[in-house]
Amino acid sequence: MRRAFALVFLAFLLTLPLWLQDPYLLHILITTGIFTIAAMSLNLLLGYTGQLSLGHVAFFGIGAYVSALTTLGFDVDIGPWTFVHEPWPVMAGFVLAVLISGLCGYLIGKLSFRVRGAYFVIVTISFAEVVRLVALNWVDLTQGPLALNNIPAFALSVPGLGEHTLWGKVPNYYLVLAVAVAAYILIKRLVGSRIGRAMVALKENESLAVSVGIDVTRYLVLAAIISAALAGAAGSLYAHYVKIIDPEIFLFIYTVTMVIMVVAGGKGTLAGPVVGGLIFGTLPVLLRSYLGPEFQWIFYGLFMIFIVFVLPQGIVPAVEQRLFPSTREPPPEALATVEPAKGEPQ
Amino acid sequence: MTGTREPLLTVEHVAVHFGGLVAIADMNFGVHSGEVLGLIGPNGAGKTTAFNVITGFLRPTKGEVRFKEVSLNGLKPHQVTSLGLVRTFQRTSVFQDNTVVGNVLIGLHRRGRATLLDTLLGLQRETESEQELKEEAWSILRLVGLERRAFDLASALPYGDQRLVGVALALAAQPTMLLLDEPVSGMNASETARFIKLLGLIREQGITILLVEHDMPMVMGVSDRIIVLNYGRIIAEGPPAEIQRNPEVIAAYLGHGARRVHHHA
Ligand SMILES: Nc1ncnc2c1ncn2[C@@H]1O[C@H](COP(=O)(O)OP(=O)(O)OP(=O)(O)O)[C@@H](O)[C@H]1O
Ligand SMILES: [Mg+2]
Repeated sequence: MRRAFALVFLAFLLTLPLWLQDPYLLHILITTGIFTIAAMSLNLLLGYTGQLSLGHVAFFGIGAYVSALTTLGFDVDIGPWTFVHEPWPVMAGFVLAVLISGLCGYLIGKLSFRVRGAYFVIVTISFAEVVRLVALNWVDLTQGPLALNNIPAFALSVPGLGEHTLWGKVPNYYLVLAVAVAAYILIKRLVGSRIGRAMVALKENESLAVSVGIDVTRYLVLAAIISAALAGAAGSLYAHYVKIIDPEIFLFIYTVTMVIMVVAGGKGTLAGPVVGGLIFGTLPVLLRSYLGPEFQWIFYGLFMIFIVFVLPQGIVPAVEQRLFPSTREPPPEALATVEPAKGEPQ
Repeated sequence: MTGTREPLLTVEHVAVHFGGLVAIADMNFGVHSGEVLGLIGPNGAGKTTAFNVITGFLRPTKGEVRFKEVSLNGLKPHQVTSLGLVRTFQRTSVFQDNTVVGNVLIGLHRRGRATLLDTLLGLQRETESEQELKEEAWSILRLVGLERRAFDLASALPYGDQRLVGVALALAAQPTMLLLDEPVSGMNASETARFIKLLGLIREQGITILLVEHDMPMVMGVSDRIIVLNYGRIIAEGPPAEIQRNPEVIAAYLGHGARRVHHHA
């Protein structure tokens, strides 16, 4: 049932550019899609392990900068040395963005998961701020507030067919959709596995989880790495789509946006960040045509408060309870069929 | 390797101090393979603290715990568990928001064979491993007699059944030795009787048991040997019949009578 719903929704997204030709709306959908990927990555940490990363945009921004710098090239002086980097293809930038963001996730996780809760929140906020200051002040490398310009568009190299640069909105739309679907599938597999069960167990009762042999640090750090890597992928997509990035990308408001998407959509559910991302990614724009900017933000804020108060679990769990009031798991027969034949000492 | 063989679990000169409070003072005992050892004592005697030290949740102020001749000093709880020493908790011993079978699957964590890559790429080993875990979960549920509640949320179960889920969870972690902290507290007579049967089954599997329990007829009935703790000290050790007659033990319990009632109110 759920699977059918997901497939219909995917078919809808796949055919969307066929009838929606307004480039502005496509643009909104592309940026919404990118932020939805970031929200999905945040959900892995916040929803499944229960760790609130309030500096999540750092991983997004690092992905954007890494990818941009890899493809633009740079030369910087560090002390007596000069590092010169020639431009690389965008695919390399994307891969490096994922790897380096993941590495940062690892470091932050290792650093802060010894003491959890508020400490993790503070470390992540500070991390994002430090990264922002570096991006702002290391002018040699990042151009500081002047921004990195002329970032090349995403180019896919297909063996045999050569390179395809994604110039228009439609190819970029499909690129973002493809990455989003891949991220969704990865997260779905992860949380449906024993790794996901370990994460949820840690969130619910850490002592009990540990007592059955689950290594807390291992799984929290793993969640942080994968979460950061996916956010880095989203950042890379962003950089090559908007083609200009500056240190403002690290602003706290972007993290807040991701948190809202996750919490409003339903944290700890697969569909939550997708629903939250689509609503809160497109809402400000849809409101723009009807309300002045000030009322638009007021409405946005009120809507957010409304959701948090009326649907504290988020939209997806609330809708699910309505649609499938009593379903929880597959019926017992599903498991009975795998009943082993070997006898029990009974 | 005869009479002087090292016990499965050895607690040697262990002390635990909380600031000025001596929760455990110089504790020494051994648990032999295959035995059911009852650990009793009035409220606050230090029984749970002893469990916490043995399973790595607390660092002893002094002393050493050895399991299978390996020192547990400095090991984290999940490492102790992976050696085959698994405990349950006095209060919450289940994941309330998970189904019964979900609980057991969490307990089976260490038995999964799939690597991260298998999982992310959805490779065959992931599917196979998940299938094995489900089969295993099912056989544990049948052992404890909860197969009909498999898909209910743990929190929806009657209290007695929840305690069984806690034991199923611990069994899933493949214990050589099981530490049970007041497993029948809050159970009615028939639930307790059912639990005693389950203990027999667990025993038949060769699992050694260290049991903390306030239900005297129950501990006396199932234990091969009893250790009595009072104010962090072992005041008596021996077969149940002997312990029941021990004047020091009787005095310790009488002295705590008022506090016990208070605690369980
Ligand atoms: N983390 C802690 N910090 C300070 N004191 C503690 C701590 N844990 C236990 N204590 C104290 O240590 C003593 C032993 O407690 P413990 O929980 O081991 O008793 P118990 O024998 O399990 O009692 P009960 O039968 O009530 O469960 C008590 O006085 C208790 O208040
Ligand atoms: Mg206790």
